[in-house]
Amino acid sequence: MIYDTANTHTFVQALRFIADNPGLLATKALEQMELSGAAIGLALLVALPLGIVLGHLHRGSGVAIGASLFGRSLPSIFLIAVFLTVLGLGFENNMVALAVLALGPILTNAYLGVEGVDEDAVEAARGMGLSRSGILTRIELPLALPLIYIGIRVAAVTVVATAPIAAYAGGGGLGDIIANQASYRLSGVLGASICVMALSAGVWALLLALQRATTPKGVRVARVQNPAGELGKEGL
Amino acid sequence: MTAAGGPVIPNFGSGSSCVTGDHLFCWDWVKQHWGDTLGPALAQHVELTAIAVSVGFVLAFSLALLAHRRRRAEQPISIVAALVYTFPSIALFQLLVPFTGLTYTTVEIALVSYTLVILFPNIVAGLEAAPPEVIEAARGMGLTPRQTLFRVEVPLALPAIVGGLRIAVVSTIAIATIAATILPKGLGFPIFYAIALPTPFKTEIYSAGILAIALALVCDRALVLLGRAVTPWTRVGG
Repeated sequence: MIYDTANTHTFVQALRFIADNPGLLATKALEQMELSGAAIGLALLVALPLGIVLGHLHRGSGVAIGASLFGRSLPSIFLIAVFLTVLGLGFENNMVALAVLALGPILTNAYLGVEGVDEDAVEAARGMGLSRSGILTRIELPLALPLIYIGIRVAAVTVVATAPIAAYAGGGGLGDIIANQASYRLSGVLGASICVMALSAGVWALLLALQRATTPKGVRVARVQNPAGELGKEGL
Repeated sequence: MTAAGGPVIPNFGSGSSCVTGDHLFCWDWVKQHWGDTLGPALAQHVELTAIAVSVGFVLAFSLALLAHRRRRAEQPISIVAALVYTFPSIALFQLLVPFTGLTYTTVEIALVSYTLVILFPNIVAGLEAAPPEVIEAARGMGLTPRQTLFRVEVPLALPAIVGGLRIAVVSTIAIATIAATILPKGLGFPIFYAIALPTPFKTEIYSAGILAIALALVCDRALVLLGRAVTPWTRVGG
């Protein structure tokens, strides 16, 4: 890699790159969001029902909690490279690799949310004559909602933040600019990096606001939680 | 891109039929290139991680003590920490380049930022977990606030601190692979190198990736054992 002489002045040039290329950046950002959206959708389809069912049955805690630890240990570029060798260059390989990254937080939080619902509340519901599915949809899921949202938010931010790396395996998006300094110069690389940061911080803030707006008051988690600390409850 | 300290030699093209045919996994390549590629990359990876986690821990611990003393500081620091954690590593590395160049410093500033924002909330939460009656008892026994902190609150926070360290170490090992986008060091470099070849070279990708995962899992296990060793009271009766 050959870099231009770098100094703080290059930041001014990076901002100029953003101002000069809104169309290019918007197209690339949209590409990145498409890939991210597909990956999160795929991960939700797999991990959400699995986590909810395991939590409801109070089974498989090893799998459900181990998933987030193991998932965390997987380097994103390794997953992207592995699926590149398996599925070839294009959209699917990156979608699957990013979806794998999103599995852990969604699965673990859905499991912990449903599993951790107060036994007394479940007993009371059973006593009132609620069916098994009634207990799941009317007691367990609403109470598990805050943790489920946290899992989805952590997964979504992880995927959006990792998506630029997919450019190294034909994933497109803003990463195309970051990975191609020969064409876009350092100003382009920095400009795209700023956009990537804004994008993932924006997704995080949006999902946080969405979570606050849709979670019933009674089940709100009091403190602002750090996405890094959110899964730290596993303890030793 | 040039390999760490060595000449640019294509990693395959010569060698066994397994290597030239890019089969699923070639042990002979791993053996042949342990000395010039995988071994050094692993050592660099350990170094990158160790520095990042130690510096991050010292900073996070100091900041947590500060936040613990002044509760008002906690919320703003937590929000900043949560925001920093959303920064894509690939972008953060690039954005630091104009200031600190293509250097170890750049990589470590980024990695330390991530360990800091992982460790800080965990340490603060741990410090706050001490039951009020325990604090009262310590005061009643005549301990100064400083003694209460270091003899009661910090020991009680150890499980949370070790829990945070586990996440920080495992995450840093994974994130450090991305450092290869600005510096040809660590286990990420062989992976980036191998996918950039006209045909991605499987053995190099798999061996470097598996080494990174194994390193993370071994460190995690070691921290679990360390956690048990420093909190003997948690095993009483268990």
